Order: sequence, then structure tokens, then C-alpha cells
Amino acid sequence: MTEPAAAETPFTWPGEDTSRVPYRVYTDPEIYELEQQRLFQGATWNFLCLEAELKEAGAYKTTWLGNAPIVVVRDQSGSFKAFLNRCAHKGAVLCYKPRGQITEFNCVYHNWTYDLDGKLTGVAFRKGVGGKGGVGPEFDQNAHGLKPLRVETYRGLIFGTFSDETPPFRDYLGPELIASIDRVIIKPLKVLGYHSQILPNNWKLYAENNKDSYHASLLHVFHNTFGVVRPNMGGGIKLSANGWHHLSYTERTAPNNDPTGMEKVRSLKDQYSLEDASVMEHNLELGDLVTNSIQTVFPTLVVQQILNALAVRQIVPKGIDRTELVWTVLGFEDDDEEMTELRLKANNLVGPAGFISMEDGCVGGFVQRAASADPTGQTVMPMGGRAIEPSQGSRVTEAAVRGFWKGWRECLGL
Amino acid sequence: MIEDLTARLRVESYLADYYAMLDSDRLEEWANYFTEQGTYRVTTRENYDQGLPLSLMSCKGRGMFRDRISALRTANIYEPHVYCHIPGWVRMTDKKPGMIRAESSFTVIRTMWEGDSMLFAAGRSFDVFSDEGGKLTLLDRTVVLDSRQVDTLLVIPL
Repeated sequence: MTEPAAAETPFTWPGEDTSRVPYRVYTDPEIYELEQQRLFQGATWNFLCLEAELKEAGAYKTTWLGNAPIVVVRDQSGSFKAFLNRCAHKGAVLCYKPRGQITEFNCVYHNWTYDLDGKLTGVAFRKGVGGKGGVGPEFDQNAHGLKPLRVETYRGLIFGTFSDETPPFRDYLGPELIASIDRVIIKPLKVLGYHSQILPNNWKLYAENNKDSYHASLLHVFHNTFGVVRPNMGGGIKLSANGWHHLSYTERTAPNNDPTGMEKVRSLKDQYSLEDASVMEHNLELGDLVTNSIQTVFPTLVVQQILNALAVRQIVPKGIDRTELVWTVLGFEDDDEEMTELRLKANNLVGPAGFISMEDGCVGGFVQRAASADPTGQTVMPMGGRAIEPSQGSRVTEAAVRGFWKGWRECLGL
Repeated sequence: MIEDLTARLRVESYLADYYAMLDSDRLEEWANYFTEQGTYRVTTRENYDQGLPLSLMSCKGRGMFRDRISALRTANIYEPHVYCHIPGWVRMTDKKPGMIRAESSFTVIRTMWEGDSMLFAAGRSFDVFSDEGGKLTLLDRTVVLDSRQVDTLLVIPL
């Protein structure tokens, strides 16, 4: 018999470490609410959008941080500001289009206006009409601005946090994983397009999936069938010191066809069984032999390099069992037509229809569906022991997933 | 007038066959609806309207079309499901000797093996046909989804 007090009892983590995860964290609405307060509104940096999307002063973009609607704007001085996208008056959504150009924020409901610093600058009929109505004498306009976020940008990525306690972004990520962002984003970025996926599962199942280097060659059969990742390839897992963030990468041990390491290596041609191999062409633009690099910035960002397919993926929770995964697909500003073609072709590998990623769209739902039936059950993650440590050479480990749960527990205080 | 009407009926008939092929799992025939160097892409209205080149799925040449289907048959993992394409009116936008351009809207209802049916996609297709020897063949098909959101995954072409 389950005790009736269970709902009121603070959730306690069963066990010492994070090699076992209770199903309840994917299905309990109370935990979902707690995450909004302690994790998304807590001391975490969350990706908001790209500098490249806000090129001119007054350009804005709407986005999400957890379940909070956010607007990011470039101000007159060229710096980026982010606010809760909510009018201080009635709580209505302020910017209701995906993007646009403004000189001030203007709420359509009652025409309250704010400057680009979020300061309330205008209240319609503030002094009433003909001496009647208007705000009371006690109303302090300065106390009713937009709720700001702290903003930091790194290599063209704009991050926001609601907390004053979040350490500077460089410290948050740590030197080793900062270096891996530097490795991928070597030049100013350009957006090649967007799409998103609705995942029928709790957001954490997708967050975990990215850190789960164990599944890559098992679930994504395309890898083996068509020789994308071969057992003799090098690679490994890197983790931030606190275990929250990770990098999983695969590299060729030598450029197969070209001993000089020059550009334009037609990757893995020898293994190929597709009729048209051009989808796998790889221009070694980053100066190394890494073919796959998946990096997470806890809790909701993935920075991806798969051959020449570059993207950032933003995880947006939409309820306890529904997640939107927003892909912003990237190139560099100075790409020529040929390079853009290469990237566009490689994007057949990733996204909702990606040869090596579509399964990630359904597999979280498989867990959600089966786990929902049993709130007392738990996952078991024994690969690589119970430790949260990097791995050189092997990606057959669940260390990074355990690191995610360590971060989750620390944020939630559970 | 009669000539335009005939051309439009031929396009409608072609699309009816094309959708029937997709909806009845005869996907091995897909490549043959396109010319040898035919092109295909699925994108979103968000990308299309902003002139952004990204596609969710793109093929150039019959080899890539066949690769899509062999991956779907042998490699990709997904729950069994079927589409029901519901085509809208076809509007001819250009007609020259040897070439027809047409635009039409569509919706797709997806039914999963457990029985859940949902509106999976709504959008338009922009189709360019070669018209040689009384036979239409797709030179290019651009599918523009109204929503940027794809539920779960996209594996069967549209």
C-alpha cells in the first residue's frame, strides 16, 4: 500500500549515486514544477538564440527557457538583453511573433510600453481622461519593468539565466569544454534554417539520450549498416569537472584516402553501400579528423558537429510528457556555395528525418510509455561502473548520463 | 482552355498515383516518379519564406531516393505507421512545351500501429514536371510544411 502522504513528502533520491534513476522523475508533475523553479529559474545557463539572428539594433527573437517565454533583443549599443516575455500589467505575452524589429516593447492589450532595457516608459491613460481615472498616486512606474535575465554570449551563442548565482559562462562550462566549443565554432555563424521535433516524452529523456554514448551504434543502425562509425575509430568522452556537461566525439585514426590530410576527404568510401555516397562527404574544415562531436551544455543545449552538419539543439519542455526539440542548423558566414551544398546534403543525416538521428525522436517515447505504468520502477545504468569520469578510446559508458543526474540533483537539492 | 484543363487533369492524376504509391507502401517505386537527376526537398514555411536553404529531407538523383528507401527498410527504427494523403486543388502556375509547373495543398493523416490517427502534416507542394512524349515525370518537388514541428520523426516521404 502506498502511503497517502507520499505526494507531500519531498522527493528523496533512492540510493547513493546516480547509476539508478527512478521512473517517477519522468512522470511526476510535482517534480516538473520543481524543475521549473530550481533548475530552469535556478543557477543554470540556458541557450536562448544566436547573435546572428539579431543583426540590427531593435531586432528581437522570442524563445523559451524551461516553460517561461523569453524575448531577446539587441539594443542600440549592440548588446543583448533578455526578458521574461510578459507584460508587467496583466501578464500577457508581450512579443507574440517569432521575430521582428522594434524601437520599444509595446503590449497590445492595454498599450503599456517599455524601452529596450525593460523599463516601463508608458501606461496608457496614466492620468485618466479629462481628469478622471488613471493610476493611483501610489503607483511607482519604476517598480513595474520587465523581468530581466542575465545574459552572456559565447562565440555567437546567447545564453540567459534568471539567477544571480550562476557563475560566468566560461567557469560554468569549464576550460576543457569551452575548448570544444572553440573547436567547432571557429568563425562567425550563419543560420541555414530551422526545424523542430515534438518528442512524446519528458525533456530529461532527450537530455540523457545526448549524453548516452552507449546507444549510438546500437540504436542508430544506419551507423553500422552504412559504415558511419566503425569500431576501429577513435574517440571518447570528456566531462566537465562537476560532471554536468559533456562531449562525446568520434575521430578517424587517419585520413583514409589522403595521407596529406588535405581537405576534401571522401569519408569512408571503402565501406559504402549506399548508391550515392555524397551525403557522407566530409570537408575537414576544423583541422582535425573528428567526424562526430556532440556536446551538451547542461541542462538544455546540444552543440553538434556531424561531418559538416553543424547545429545547436535547444530542449524546450512542454509538459511532463512532451518536449519540443528546436534545431537551428548552421554554417559559417564565409561559406561558399559548394560548402553550403555539402552542409545541406549532410543534414540528411540529422534532424527529424535524419538517417542517424530520427530514432532519437521515438526512443524517449518508448521509455515514457513503459515507465509511466510503474512509478516505483527505476532505470539501471551500469555501463562504465558507477563513476562519473571521462573515457578515452571507448564510448561504451553511461558516465555522462550519470553526470547529468548529478547536475539535476544538485540543482533541485534532491 | 481545354488544353489547360487537360494538363491540369494530367497533373492531378499524376499526384493521385504518387500519393497512392506513398500511402500503400510501394516506396520502391518512389524514385521512378522523378527523372534520373530529379530533385526533392521537404522544408518548412519558416525556412521557405525567409529563403533559408535547409531541408528536413533532400534528394538529388534517383540514387539518393533509393538510398532513403533502403535506409527506411533496413536501418531506421520507427513504429509502424501509414499515411493518408488528402490532396487539395491543383493550380497550374506555368506551362511551356515540355514542362509544367503546378502548386497544390495537401494534408496528411498519420495512423500508428496502435490506431492513433493524427493530423501529421499540412502544407503545399511545388512541383515541376517534364512533359515528354505525353508522359509526365517530376523534375523537382518541393514540399513546404506549414508547421516547423514534426511529430516524433519523418521517415516516409511526402
